[in-house]
Amino acid sequence: MSAIRDLFRPDSRFPGLASVAAVTLFCILFLHAESQGAVMGLVVGALAGLPLLARFDWTQHVSASFAHHPRLLHGAMLAGVIIVLAAFHDQHFPLLMLATVLLYIVVCLGLNVQFGYAGVLNFAGAAFFGVGAYTSAVLATKTALPHLLVVATGGVLAALIGSLLILPLLRTRGHYAALVTIAFSLLFKTLIEVNDALGGPQGLKVPGLNLFGWNLNEALGIGGVELSFYANYVVLALVLAAAAFVLTRRLERSWIGLNLDAVSLDETASATFGIDVARWKITAFTIGNFFAGVAGAVYGMMTGFAHPNNYTFGDSLILVSIILLGGIGNPWGLAVAAAIVLVLPEKLQFIQEYRILLFSVLVILILLFRPLGLLPRQVRVYVPGWRPR
Amino acid sequence: MSADQLLAYNGLTVRFGGLVALNALSLEVSRGEILGLIGPNGSGKTTFFNVITGIYRAGEGRAELDGRNLTAMSAQEIYRAGVTRTFQRSRLCLPLSIFDNIMIGNHRRLNHGLAFNLFRREAFRREFERNYEVARDLVKVFSARLAQRLFEPVATFSIIDRRRIEICRALVSEPTLLLLDEPSAGMTHEETRELMDDLLVVRGHMPGLTLVIIEHEMNVIERITERCAVLNYGQKIAEGAYAEVAADRQVQEAYLGTA
Repeated sequence: MSAIRDLFRPDSRFPGLASVAAVTLFCILFLHAESQGAVMGLVVGALAGLPLLARFDWTQHVSASFAHHPRLLHGAMLAGVIIVLAAFHDQHFPLLMLATVLLYIVVCLGLNVQFGYAGVLNFAGAAFFGVGAYTSAVLATKTALPHLLVVATGGVLAALIGSLLILPLLRTRGHYAALVTIAFSLLFKTLIEVNDALGGPQGLKVPGLNLFGWNLNEALGIGGVELSFYANYVVLALVLAAAAFVLTRRLERSWIGLNLDAVSLDETASATFGIDVARWKITAFTIGNFFAGVAGAVYGMMTGFAHPNNYTFGDSLILVSIILLGGIGNPWGLAVAAAIVLVLPEKLQFIQEYRILLFSVLVILILLFRPLGLLPRQVRVYVPGWRPR
Repeated sequence: MSADQLLAYNGLTVRFGGLVALNALSLEVSRGEILGLIGPNGSGKTTFFNVITGIYRAGEGRAELDGRNLTAMSAQEIYRAGVTRTFQRSRLCLPLSIFDNIMIGNHRRLNHGLAFNLFRREAFRREFERNYEVARDLVKVFSARLAQRLFEPVATFSIIDRRRIEICRALVSEPTLLLLDEPSAGMTHEETRELMDDLLVVRGHMPGLTLVIIEHEMNVIERITERCAVLNYGQKIAEGAYAEVAADRQVQEAYLGTA
């Protein structure tokens, strides 16, 4: 009995390790499941398991265990991704899904900085993602710029366009900025469609990513085993997602994160205590769009194509729904939500046609019954593991 | 303006459309004093605070803080010059912790550089620990129990505790001028007394702190202020020690109406 109790001590590694293992296993089973029945079974199983976990305060145990063993558990997560990668090493589709989810996590982390922290709603997430993709399409075909710089330029351009859009609105209060992002989102697709230099409605081909002579579109072989070339992109997307995650976390756990929260919660009180409301809103908006642009540039190179239909207002709404679903301001929550929202319709074909309808219903249900999202945000911890003396 | 004057207003007028909220108001506040600002509802007291802190701009008139032209300064600049306040209806960020809220008040003494916050985490940790001790010691003066619970969301605390937190937020940056907007609202006499006693203790540690306090609770005014100004319809109708203004006929009419 005491052995079991030991597993749930606050400094135990068990809840963290068990969760990572369970998620890894679930990912493999889910991506592997072919028949609709098997997929449904896994979904129902997961749904049934959730209340049980909530009953045991599982998220509390897991976050305590992460706070005490950050190195070990982050290593375990890395191992988890490598295991999933190994399980599907020669299959294109699951690896493409995995890389896509990781890149969407980068975009959503950006939106989370904007909306979750600074309270600036961005309904043009997909458009900024598209700015990145089109940047890589143009720069990688027409110039000899190293691809690392192309990707960075995608981020910078998205950030720049975003700043120009929001700049005139910073003196206004309320959600005017959100309206402008809606307009930009709708304009973006139309502008691309009528612009022949950007391929018009046919879109543009994008060459594969080449990092310092390593062409990511060439499949690697390890010890005679041929890997899918998407494995390369999974590794790259994982690096990007991890970097975006660490940056977001550090941002939240700093005075800047505090400024962003203050600005979104009470502009008058913020100004009274010297917080420059416009400055912090624009900082958050710029960082968020930079994330979206970088992820978009890599996504364009991975899929080999930039097409106006991939970056519509509807796609932006899906990004916003991921934030709402996961838990506004919680990076872990949005990672889970991104996986659900992106992978579920691919595996359950009957959802495909109704996916917007289904997610709308899901978002309404969440807002009604769990307004803080699946994994609500916790009070700010400035230094993980720190205790007052 | 003499050397011991901190704040000087001359002919201050604020209009909201046709309504004259402040009408050619002139008022001086000396360094280190406690000034009570009283008057019936709608007499312009809170508007006056909003003008001092730069939330509203005066249509006419001059205002000087420490010899600097206040009317040309933004809310941010006024805060940096050492003016802080509490609000009539508590304006704390409820989902954030006590510590977070107090650090919002400490804005001018924190490093907000992007590189410092994101990449120099060890230096950030030291700054955080230093400020934790500052916040804890300040809160301890008001309540030892609250000082133990700095990392819990403000939403979980009572009105009195929230008012204490709001006062700590206004005090933490060691301002030169603190504006208190009805600190007793929603509290019992006993609670108000306790809060004022604690406030006076903190003031003892901050020599030179000047206080302007809006209050309807006359025994608070009588006990802690050295001087009062009475406003009615945006105009100053009396000024002086509490006993003097309380005996003033115009003041009695403003509060009770004419017989």
